[in-house]
Amino acid sequence: MPEQQTITLTVNGRVHTKDVATRTSLADFLRDQLHLTGTHLGCEHGVCGACTVTVDGRSARACLMLAVQADGREVVTIEGLKDPAGVWHPVQKAFFENFAIQCGFCTPGFFATAIELLGQNPDPTEAEIREYLSGNICRCSGYQAIVEAVRAAAAAMQDHQRG
Amino acid sequence: MKAPVFDYRAPRSLAEATAILRDAGPDGRVLAGGQSLMPMMNMRIVAPGVLVDINRIEELARLDADGGTLRVGALVRHVDILHSPLVKAGWPLMSEATAYVAHPAIRNRGTTCGSVAHNDPAAEHPSVLLTLGGSVVIASAEGRREVKAEDFLQGLMTTALEPGEMIVELRYPPVRPGTGWAFVEFSRRLGDFALGGAAALLTLRGGVCEEARLTLVGMGEGPVRVTAAEALLAGQRIDEGTAPELFEAAVQLARRAVDPTDDVHAGAGYRRHLAGVMARRALARALLRSGRTHHA
Ligand SMILES: Cc1cc2nc3c(=O)[nH]c(=O)nc-3n(C[C@H](O)[C@H](O)[C@H](O)COP(=O)(O)OP(=O)(O)OC[C@H]3O[C@@H](n4cnc5c(N)ncnc54)[C@H](O)[C@@H]3O)c2cc1C
Ligand code: FES
Ligand code: FES
Repeated sequence: MPEQQTITLTVNGRVHTKDVATRTSLADFLRDQLHLTGTHLGCEHGVCGACTVTVDGRSARACLMLAVQADGREVVTIEGLKDPAGVWHPVQKAFFENFAIQCGFCTPGFFATAIELLGQNPDPTEAEIREYLSGNICRCSGYQAIVEAVRAAAAAMQDHQRG
Repeated sequence: MKAPVFDYRAPRSLAEATAILRDAGPDGRVLAGGQSLMPMMNMRIVAPGVLVDINRIEELARLDADGGTLRVGALVRHVDILHSPLVKAGWPLMSEATAYVAHPAIRNRGTTCGSVAHNDPAAEHPSVLLTLGGSVVIASAEGRREVKAEDFLQGLMTTALEPGEMIVELRYPPVRPGTGWAFVEFSRRLGDFALGGAAALLTLRGGVCEEARLTLVGMGEGPVRVTAAEALLAGQRIDEGTAPELFEAAVQLARRAVDPTDDVHAGAGYRRHLAGVMARRALARALLRSGRTHHA
């Protein structure tokens, strides 16, 4: 069945088996078939970054991946960022506290990108943050608050590690 | 917009992939990172009948050096190049250029071979392959062939690939000791496609230039090697005293070598000016780094 396939993947820790049309993007699959509408679609050609999710530990544009390509993979969306006790991820908390969210359309993509950055570089400079986030567009916030939020998240995560 | 319907195949081996491509003929298309193909499909600029997803062919993920030659398999992602100590040590021009390719999420999936197959005139990798004198290994159900970069890159998003064929790896010969390198680029926003850029290599021995390479990016239908400037620099003593005049002559030749057009991003006159600025910066930086030895 080349135009329809059954896939099994893990999304936010839960295993799903679903039939998908092969042309369905991962973003549309997450939104329409799993009803995880936190993954936003701005441009559908990789430019805006709103749809960025984590696939096998790396950030990826969900609009440029087919759902069938996620077969056997592990996907994390914004809905999966809270810990099992329901506590926000430090990046979520820092965005909230630093007023880095206005309409929130771009936010899920910024989270995925910022979390990847802090995983690789726990104490990034402002320039490094701006460089890493360069593929995510925000039409409201003016970026300054977002950069401050990522710095705050980095500090919080380091404090947490030190105990 | 959404991609049109296609027949999706995800072979597990190269032999299986080339068999599918043979049967599909002109209707078949390789899906690698999808970072250029998926946008084109979503915008319905292309509508392949058979999509051959190579992401599950593990043998294509190889990144290694074979007798001094760097081999970059079709599943090596931009991020793998960026973080490879092997590439940084032996082919630093490539590491430097890759930092300009797109943004992290796109570098996590996009492949170097895919960039070369796509051959966007503003893309970094085709120019790097050309500058380093690399080649492209192509496979089909009939066998393999190796094509030099200058023969593979045939113009605006056009290459020597025939229906039924795919790239299996790129090869980069060793860079000679004493070679200075630089990749420079200008874009409005970091990670965007280049408005213009340049790659340079200067091989110096005892202060004399044995070989020069200069390639411009984003100036026309594809990467442009400024062979006139290369010929001018070869054999010259290049030092702080002579460099300004020599590089100025190279800049003039660079501006003459390109034939940019107006588009929404920049006018032709601006781009021609930029060609010179980029050439000068690349040569100056390559000179600073020359004489330092680095090995594959
Ligand atoms: C927002 C954005 C910004 C970008 N910025 C840049 C940039 O600054 N510089 C840059 O160079 N690129 C940029 N890109 C493109 C990116 O680098 C792509 O990864 C690259 O151009 C194509 O590689 P891919 O593996 O994604 O190929 P795909 O998208 O999968 O394929 C592209 C084309 O190449 C063909 N192809 C791929 N692999 C093979 C193969 N092994 N054999 C035969 N044919 C093959 C496909 O059939 C298709 O025609 C950007 C992309 C986006 C979305
Ligand atoms: S919707 Fe995917 S990058 Fe814009
Ligand atoms: S908060 Fe509105 S687009 Fe970023």
